[in-house]
Formats: sequence, C-alpha cells, structure tokens
Amino acid sequence: MAPASKTKIALVGNPNSGKSSLFNQLTGLNQKVGNFPGVTVDKKSGFTTLADGTVVEIVDLPGIYSIYPRSLDERIVSEILLDHRSAELPDKIVVVADATNLKRSLLLLTQIVDMGLPVMLVLNMMDLVAKAGISYDFTALSKRLGVPVVAVNARKGEGIKELKEQFSKPLAVSQQPCFTIWEEAKAPVKALRDALGVDNDYEAYLYLEQPDSLKFLPADSKSKVDHIRTGHKFFPGKFQGAETIQRYSYIQDLLNDITLRASDHSWKKYSNQLDRILTHKVWGYLIFLGLLMLIFQAIFAWATVPMDFIDALFADVSQWVGAALPAGPATSLLAEGIIPGLGGIVIFVPQIAILFAFISILEESGYMARVVFLMDKIMRRFGLNGKSVVPLISGVACAIPAIMATRTIDNWKERTITIMITPLISCSARLPIFTIIIALIVPNETALGFFNLQGLALMGLYLLGFVMAIASAWIMNLIIRVRERSYLVMEMPTYRVPKWSNVGYTILEKTKAFVLEAGKVIMAISIVLWVLASYGPGDITARAQESVQQESANLRLTEEGLQDRVAARKLEYSYAGIIGKAIEPAIRPLGYDWKIGIALITSFAAREVFVGTMATIYSIGSAGDEDETTIKTRMREEVNPETGGARFTPAVGFSLLLFYTFAMQCMSTIAVVYRETKGWKWPLLQFAYMTALAYISAFIVYQVMR
Amino acid sequence: MGLVRNVAQMKPGEVGVVSGFTDDHLSVKLMEMGCLPGAPVRFNFSAPLGDPICISVAGYELSLRLEEAATISILN
Ligand SMILES: Nc1nc2c(ncn2[C@@H]2O[C@H](COP(=O)(O)OP(=O)(O)O)[C@@H](O)[C@H]2O)c(=O)[nH]1
Ligand SMILES: [Mg+2]
Repeated sequence: MAPASKTKIALVGNPNSGKSSLFNQLTGLNQKVGNFPGVTVDKKSGFTTLADGTVVEIVDLPGIYSIYPRSLDERIVSEILLDHRSAELPDKIVVVADATNLKRSLLLLTQIVDMGLPVMLVLNMMDLVAKAGISYDFTALSKRLGVPVVAVNARKGEGIKELKEQFSKPLAVSQQPCFTIWEEAKAPVKALRDALGVDNDYEAYLYLEQPDSLKFLPADSKSKVDHIRTGHKFFPGKFQGAETIQRYSYIQDLLNDITLRASDHSWKKYSNQLDRILTHKVWGYLIFLGLLMLIFQAIFAWATVPMDFIDALFADVSQWVGAALPAGPATSLLAEGIIPGLGGIVIFVPQIAILFAFISILEESGYMARVVFLMDKIMRRFGLNGKSVVPLISGVACAIPAIMATRTIDNWKERTITIMITPLISCSARLPIFTIIIALIVPNETALGFFNLQGLALMGLYLLGFVMAIASAWIMNLIIRVRERSYLVMEMPTYRVPKWSNVGYTILEKTKAFVLEAGKVIMAISIVLWVLASYGPGDITARAQESVQQESANLRLTEEGLQDRVAARKLEYSYAGIIGKAIEPAIRPLGYDWKIGIALITSFAAREVFVGTMATIYSIGSAGDEDETTIKTRMREEVNPETGGARFTPAVGFSLLLFYTFAMQCMSTIAVVYRETKGWKWPLLQFAYMTALAYISAFIVYQVMR
Repeated sequence: MGLVRNVAQMKPGEVGVVSGFTDDHLSVKLMEMGCLPGAPVRFNFSAPLGDPICISVAGYELSLRLEEAATISILN
C-alpha cells in the first residue's frame, strides 16, 4: 500500500548545475511528465527508493539564478516556493550547486534559507573541483549555513547513496538568517504578516517584491497585499539590487572562511579554443548548416525505416482485427477508427525521438548556446531572438514541443512572434501528405543528372514554409508595437561530452509528452471521423442501396461493382459527405471536390489525418476490393466527372501542397498555443492568418496552372 | 581622468574591473549572475556579426548583446 502522500523533494539550482543529471541518477526510468496544476510548465517528477524502503518523489525544477524570476519557466519556482499552503510545496528542497563556482549558487541557497524552507545543499561536479585543486571545509560550510551539505558527482553517480541517506533524515529549517531586511521595508512586512499570517519576514518581503508570483492567493488576500504595498509606498524591485549585493558580501565572507584552497585565478582557456572554430564567421555558420542538414537527413531518411515498419504493422493489425472479429459497428470502430488513429500517433515517434536526440546532444554539449550566440543578430532583424532557433528547428518534427520550447525567451514580443510562426515550419505530419501528392504529380525523374525532381519539390516546400515563417515574423515585428526591452544575458556553458543516459532520458520524456499531448486529440478526431463517415441522417445504408439499385437497374453490374457503388453512395450520404458537399463551393476555386473537402475538414484537426481520410474515403468507397491497392493508385485512378480526366491534376496537386504548407491544421497546436499564450487571441489570430495564407496561395496556383 | 569606459568598448582579450552599471533593471540580472562591482571581466570575443559578445566574469562565460554590455562600466 502506498502512503497517502509521499515526501516531495524538489531540485533547484542554477542552469547547468547538474540538476537533470542528478534527477536522472535518482529516479532512473521511474519518471513521469505532467503539468503543474494551473500552469503550463512541465512538471518533471519521478520516484526514488531510499535505503529503508520508503519511496520519495523527486521534482526537477527549471534552472534559476535567484528567487526573482526573469522568464516564464523561472516563475514557476518562486510560485511553488511561495505558496506554503499548496500541495505542490516540497517537503524538502535540494539546492544543486556547481561546486566549481559555489559563490553564485549560494545566492539562491541563502534566499531559500531565509524563506524558512527546509533545504539542503548538494555540491555537484566534485570531480571538476578536485581537478581544479579547490578544497572546501564542508563541516564549516554546513554549520555556518545551518543546512546539511552533501558532495556528489552527478555524472558518475558518486555520492548518491549519501544523498539518499540524507533524504531519510528529518530536515530542520535553518536558523541562520543571511539577510537583514531594510529599515524601510520592516513596517509593510509586519503589516503583511499580521494581515495574511505569512510565516516569516523574508517570505512576506517577497510577497511585496513579486506581485506577479502571487497567482495562488485568493483575490481578497491579493488586494490586501496590493493595499499594503501602495500604503507603504513600496516599489517592487527597488531593493533587489541592494539585496543581491548584501547577500554576495555575506557569501564572500562565508567563502573566505570555508575555502581551504581556491582555484588559481587565471582565466579559463579551454572553451576559447573550440569557440574560435565554432563561432568563427565562416566555419561557425558552415558547421551549423552542416549540423542542420545532418538533422534533416536523419529525420527524413533514417526515420523512414521504423516508420514504414510501424505503418505496415498497424495496417496488418487493423486488417486482422477487421477479419477476426464478428462484423458490426464495434469492430468497424476498432478496425477503421481506433487502430489507424493510434497508428497515426505512433508513426511520428521515430522522428520525434531522433530530433530530440540531436537537440539534447547539442544542449548537453553546450553547443546550443553557441547557436543562439551566432544567430541572435540575424534573428533580431525579424523580431525574433537567438533563442528562437531551437523552437524553429524543433518545428521540423512537431510544433507542439517547439512551442513549449519558446518559454526560455523572456521577451514577450519575441516569444509571441516565435510561437506565431513556428507552425509554418513544415512539421513531420505534413510529410506524408507532401510525399503522396508529390508522387502523384511530379515525375520520378532526375534533372541535370543528379537532382531527383520529387526530392527537389519536397525541399522546395520546406524552404517555402521557412521563408514564409521568416517573412511573417518580419511583418509581425512591424505590426506588434510593444516597447519592452529584450535581453540576451545568457551563460555560455563549458563544452562537455554529452552524458548519453541524459540524452536517453530526454528522448523518452519528449516522446512521452508528444504521445500524450498530441495523442489525445488525434485519437479523438479519428473516432469522430469514423462516426462522421459511417453514419448519416436516416438509414443511409438502405438509402444508398435503394438509389444505386434504381439507377443501375438497366446496367448489368457484377455483385462487386454494385457493392462498390453502394459504399460510395453511402459515404456521400454520411455526415462527412454532407459537410464535404456543404463546403464544396468554398473550395471549388482551389480545385477541390467534396471528397477532398472531407479530408480538409478532418485534417483541420490534425494534418496527418489527411492521408488516413483519403484511405478511409477510398477504401470505404471500394469495399469488396479483394487485394489492397495502395492509396496512391486509388487517388491516381480517381476521375473528375466534369472533365473526365484525372482528379489529381498538377494544378490540384500543387494547390493542395501549398494549402497544406501554410494552413494551421492541427488542433493540438492550437491547444498548446492557447495554453502558452493564456487566451484565445493568439491561437485565433494564428489560425486566421495561416488559413488566409493557405487559401490565397492555393487559389492563385490553381487558377494560374489550370 | 578620461571618460568612463564600458564593456562594449573593450577589445578581445582585454581585461578590466566592473565599476558600476548604467541600467538599474539590467544590473539586477547581471549582479545575480555574479557580475558584481569589483569583479574582474575579460572580453573574450564577439559573434561574427559583431554582436552579441562573450565575456568572462565571476569564473564563467557570459554572452550579452552590445547594448547590454554598454551598461557595464569598467575600470582598467
Ligand atoms: N564533470 C561533471 N559534469 C557534470 C556533473 N553533473 C552534471 N554534469 C554535466 O553538466 C552539464 C549540465 O548538466 P544538467 O544535468 O543538464 O544540468 P541542469 O541544467 O542543471 O539540468 C551536462 O553536460 C552534464 O553531463 C558532474 O558531477 N561532473
Ligand atoms: Mg535540466
């Protein structure tokens, strides 16, 4: 039996101090992703078993330099630590410090000590400390701060046992205040403690300092805080600099006492050698470009092997289920709705996994910060930020993790523009549509000896998406007039060989998040689609049979041919057919008929559904077909009744390609944008501008080529 | 006494000591990261397009834009 509530231990610390490494060491595969209630930041938590058999929960929080947040993902830490009545409040807090640069980590530690929270200090990177010849007096450090100190090497897993032992012991709140509150602030702090019953002075002080971190407070308490703040003329941020200086002077005294041997103070050299090449004005960009090409190659070429396998597997299972179970609506739902729906999610897993393997390696090694460094000036011209590069690269696999990755951009405008343009980057869900339509309309020939025309067409579409994204950013940069300063103060981490298990855990975490996030929506849509295509007003099976029989009484049709016509007619009568026909006037100028209309509608929920819908439409439309002809040949054979020629002419094909390059057709992305921008304004604007872009360009290309 | 110089005016490899800040908001962020008055800084190199730049301060490397670097006054 699990205890009612497990001890919750939160890891906090500076970026790159080794929190995630430690988290992975502690929890191993016992991790889960989720969300903090009410906020958008992922909650990375996991479980670890202590020596005495008790299981404790470990939470990995975003990296911060101080309790004063600077970006969205940092704010979660102060929110969690300030809300002392929340279920999310950790029972114990672990400050993970890069011990080679202890001074900076102690700033955060002293703040948490002053908040009256039970905290311990983990000195990480002890291998590097030893190498640098630094030596500390741990006992003195622990005594002076009033917190337990444990030394570890999170990379190798040394000291984890001792850390777990420390977890088992009760953790008292330190009684050693590090900071004295200013004379001027004492009165409002006292008033606030009296009014709200806040536990200690520094916590009350932070209530005054951080009005934006108090979302957890009920409205009346919040207005009390605001009242006290204005009543005492307390301006948030006024004393923050002075507080930092006071804390650092305390820390410097402390370090002077507990440092037995300091590192030699000469400037570091090692990173510079590599940086000379990696941020070189020619080599730097060439290497980055080369890496991008490698990533795309991996996503598009290498991933096809597992993807084809998954595709075939789900097709087989679906066929087998359809044959093995007794016929009926339940079997049909399973074989034609649920299983293909699942397949439509799982098929993207290889690409997402490969993409995050690369991103995680680039981040672990410290290279990603150099990419930001290289690209910042260029990106700024378009209202973006050097940090927009990561979301834009991720967008090639999937817009959902890409949009979540914009949280590290602290400037509101740059972040919003990045979110707005990311879905224009062609994601992997568009690939099946591109592939199938290109195969229909572009000959599989080589030009100039070695350029495959189909490959060129595909590359052109990706470029088009990218160029449109940048152009849209440029326009939005002109339209959105917000005067907010943008910052790029960022640490350039030391280059390190990636720790491969960390890479593995990141892949797992991101893939899981994708399957859960996008999976829900895609699954639901698949079922809705199945219902829409299988049912209609009245008994559509009977009606279809009747009308086909009347029509073809004189025709000598085989039983099979008759069944085909009935199935096709049934689809026409279904709700999906009705909707498809209803929008036909709107999409006729683009060259589409009601069948393509059905696919457009279903793929407004998720693009990848397009191919599935095509398959559904044509497979339902030709029931009785003995051997499985591929969807491609079916589409090629589809006749346009008005012209008598092929349905998918080059004009229609290119119109569809452009439509899908620009259209915002992904319910999961809309949901994520809604969550990330906290409202409907941006997702709706995004939907509108992308749909307009898609419609207009598809219209032009069809009318010109027709 | 010459004019007060700032980090944006340094040359690659040059070292100096932080003497103050001209932007309150930014100074808070910089100080939290250990870039305190009195701390030695070194200008390492700038990005290919001249902006942002990379400096060493408080035992690690920091990248910042030129306009941000210009708010850090130095003595050397
Ligand atoms: N040498 C060494 N490297 C470490 C240690 N702990 C973490 N690292 C490396 O430091 C980098 C940052 O670690 P990470 O866990 O991602 O830090 P986070 O940003 O705090 O989550 C990674 O490249 C790790 O492999 C350690 O104890 N020794
Ligand atoms: Mg981390």
